[in-house]
Amino acid sequence: MSRVGEAGKREAGVRSDCWISVELRDAGGIAIALKSKVRALYGEAIEAQLRDGCRVLGVAHASITVEDAGALPYVLAARLEAAVRRAGHQPAAPLLPQARSGLKEAGERGRLRRSRLYLPGNEPRFFPNAGLHGPDGLILDLEDSVAPSEKDAARVLVRNALRTIDFCGAERMVRINQGLQGLGDLEWVVPHGVQLVLIPKVEDPRQVAEVDERITALSRTGEGCAEVFLMPIIESALGAWRAYEIAKASPNVVGLAIGLEDYTADIGAQRTTAGTESFWARAQVLNGARAAGVQPIDTVFSDVGDEAGLRASVLEAKSLGFIGKGCIHPRQVAVVHDAFAPTADEIDKAVRIVRAYEDAEARGLGVVSLGTKMIDAPVVKRALATVALAVRMGRLESGGGE
Amino acid sequence: MSRQVQNAAGRMVPVEINGVAAVPYAGPRGHQPTGRKTGPLLRSCADFPADGDKRVESIKQALVNAGLKDGMTISTHHHLRNGDRVANLVFAAAAELGVKDLRWFPSASFPCHDGMIAHMDNGVIHHIEGSLNGPLGDYCTEGRMRGTAVLRSHGGRWQAIQDGEVRIDIAVIAAPTADPFGNATGDRGPAACGLLGFALADSQYADHVIVVTDNLVPFPCIPWQIQGNNVDQVVVIDSIGDPAKIVSGSTQITKSPDRLLIAEMTARFCDEAGIIRDGFSFQAGAGGTALSFGLFLRDIMRERRIKARFVRGGSNQYLVNMLEEGLTDYILDGQTFDLEGVRSMRENPGHVNTSPFTSYNWNGKGNFASMLDCVVLGATEVDLGFNGNVVTHSDGRLLHGIGGWQNCLFSKCTILPIPSFRDRIPVIVDNVTTLCGPGELIDVIVTERGIAINPLRRDLIEAVQGSSLPIRSLVDIKREVEDLCGGPAAKPRLGQKVVAAIKWVDGTVIDAVRQLEK
Repeated sequence: MSRVGEAGKREAGVRSDCWISVELRDAGGIAIALKSKVRALYGEAIEAQLRDGCRVLGVAHASITVEDAGALPYVLAARLEAAVRRAGHQPAAPLLPQARSGLKEAGERGRLRRSRLYLPGNEPRFFPNAGLHGPDGLILDLEDSVAPSEKDAARVLVRNALRTIDFCGAERMVRINQGLQGLGDLEWVVPHGVQLVLIPKVEDPRQVAEVDERITALSRTGEGCAEVFLMPIIESALGAWRAYEIAKASPNVVGLAIGLEDYTADIGAQRTTAGTESFWARAQVLNGARAAGVQPIDTVFSDVGDEAGLRASVLEAKSLGFIGKGCIHPRQVAVVHDAFAPTADEIDKAVRIVRAYEDAEARGLGVVSLGTKMIDAPVVKRALATVALAVRMGRLESGGGE
Repeated sequence: MSRQVQNAAGRMVPVEINGVAAVPYAGPRGHQPTGRKTGPLLRSCADFPADGDKRVESIKQALVNAGLKDGMTISTHHHLRNGDRVANLVFAAAAELGVKDLRWFPSASFPCHDGMIAHMDNGVIHHIEGSLNGPLGDYCTEGRMRGTAVLRSHGGRWQAIQDGEVRIDIAVIAAPTADPFGNATGDRGPAACGLLGFALADSQYADHVIVVTDNLVPFPCIPWQIQGNNVDQVVVIDSIGDPAKIVSGSTQITKSPDRLLIAEMTARFCDEAGIIRDGFSFQAGAGGTALSFGLFLRDIMRERRIKARFVRGGSNQYLVNMLEEGLTDYILDGQTFDLEGVRSMRENPGHVNTSPFTSYNWNGKGNFASMLDCVVLGATEVDLGFNGNVVTHSDGRLLHGIGGWQNCLFSKCTILPIPSFRDRIPVIVDNVTTLCGPGELIDVIVTERGIAINPLRRDLIEAVQGSSLPIRSLVDIKREVEDLCGGPAAKPRLGQKVVAAIKWVDGTVIDAVRQLEK
């Protein structure tokens, strides 16, 4: 059996990552050969961290080679642990970075989820600053953005990132893999502060239930958040067909999202800009989500250079009733938030309706009217929602428009 | 080794550099120059051809005619940037002539000049006074150069020439277009680079001036940025440089989301602080963040229908667009970065070429830099006293020249938009590795993690109070970044030997770079 394991990256152009090779030995202690871009500044700190890491992992004798391009400590730790595991050593204990404070605080069920920013789970250089761009949710992705051969290394890295990185108020999300691999992912993230798990390619409510059960079992250890929310992603004809059942599969489901790349392939259509081919599925997911009382969330907009296209796409999603959109680049976040916000006209109109409603209530009138027009109850309800949303998004000082 | 004293910034600096007495830094405005300006040798037009034709057949012959001998100072300019061939040809010719111990006095050096290392190894060049980066920087930082490097700002270079600190024996001026009399311009020709402002002092103060061109036109060369009346000889060669490396086809805006965020925060700060108003002025550097800042600023100006009176550059297509769109009356251009900038300078009377004399010179009767409402610059490090470093990396290696950076600090509001860490290396430190700019002159530091305002600028602090900008203290940002990076970085191991002196804008020594220990 091989006793050598390597993990990380060392191609030209790699930044903020490292490559570590571990060769387990029977004697001789820990020998470290370090090549680092930051050697003059952190060389000693890196060696000390590696030695301490070996002690925690229960590795007494090994030859370790490191090529470092400015990896942060939590990345070094993740690459060391992954290399040790790949060398065939079962760690005495995982090499956990110290957890940030507030890691056990659960998310808020009905929070704004306008933007969710996908970060490839094996690309640590994107992690530390992603939250600064202000997305409502940050997704550390273990699924499509991670090569099959790197799934194990990404798990360690994502776990360490959850414990270390300041998400700046963004919901801490992870997209797990499909099926058994996805269930296996959960033990790497649930005890480490994940607040919401995205489940890909759901076409059966049982998939959601299985994830939910596994999370409940893991939560009993007392680590991690008291509540972990779920967001199933519908990416197939069958999934769309069962949207409502899927949204109702667990009380922890807070949103239902649609992913159109796989969906259009599944129904045998080409994805077009107009999106006629996916209209039914989007409407189905939207209605399934609303019927189940969870948030309907639209697909990603993948042309990062097309700001006008993104804005139009969000306005279209908003007009259908969606409340969120997927982002694959931080610069999309502000555009998405701006486009989902009620416009000045919408806010103005809503405020006048709410005022009329409050006035009618104060005077004990059964009928609300604005000028000569009668206002129906659903219109009042929508106006109240618009005012509440405008306040939450900082577009209006206080509710009621006083 | 020369005696060292502690200067007004608390840095130990030599009192003698390359055998010449040096004055320690005395504060941002602490040094008062006295005496008269220096001047070149008196000459007579009787010594030059009456028909105005000063051509000689080669650079080598021109150097012989100029009386090149051991220990002389040869200057070149850097408007051809990484495409320059002329400096290399000059020192190749000097080597063939068997001359030794020359001082090279470029306005800046580029990677294309790495061949100078061989000239230093074989004794042709004694030392370099100008920017040092890449292999030249390493050569110097490792203590392999015989003399001490001297790094000056663009304005400080003019001051050093003007007050006689540096006497140029021979100035060689690469000229994209010239006539046989020596009139020269940079705004046209196959190697067009825009203006030639960095060579202007050399043309006025050097004892001997050689213009080298690959595009000779009959007299008169119009416009003349360099006056032929200052020129001794003209040499025509096949090519003075590689156009592709002189100016870029188009300037690239950064795609990095973090840098865009910093640029956007910088523009928002200017907006909230009330800097962006009709008739204002600004200067932004050529880096990706500074370029993007210009675009965010442009959006704000468009929305508010605000027009600047002038912008200073580093011109590029984006500044040119602003000029043509009517968002500014003038571009006062210090160097031209892309083809659009060159075209605009040639065609648009509102696009004006300037020099370090107009813009930066400490010994002038005022200069443009201090009149700017706002400048946006980079830095490799800043410290808790708002001091800035722009020449060395945190590991102690020389990696940048000073450029106009020090001179620009005198603007009404100096903003450094910088990432709070690069890879693992924190950018905010306790004390900068090399002091280039005193904290008294650095007003605002914008990082992706927050904006720190110098406590000396109470006016700016009050101006942005109540805004939604993330205003934080430097200490606070530093602590957060050190948590992420695993503590503050260790200090590089430095020896006692001074390998480079950093001049302040007035010619005093603000800091010294010491040899890196192996």
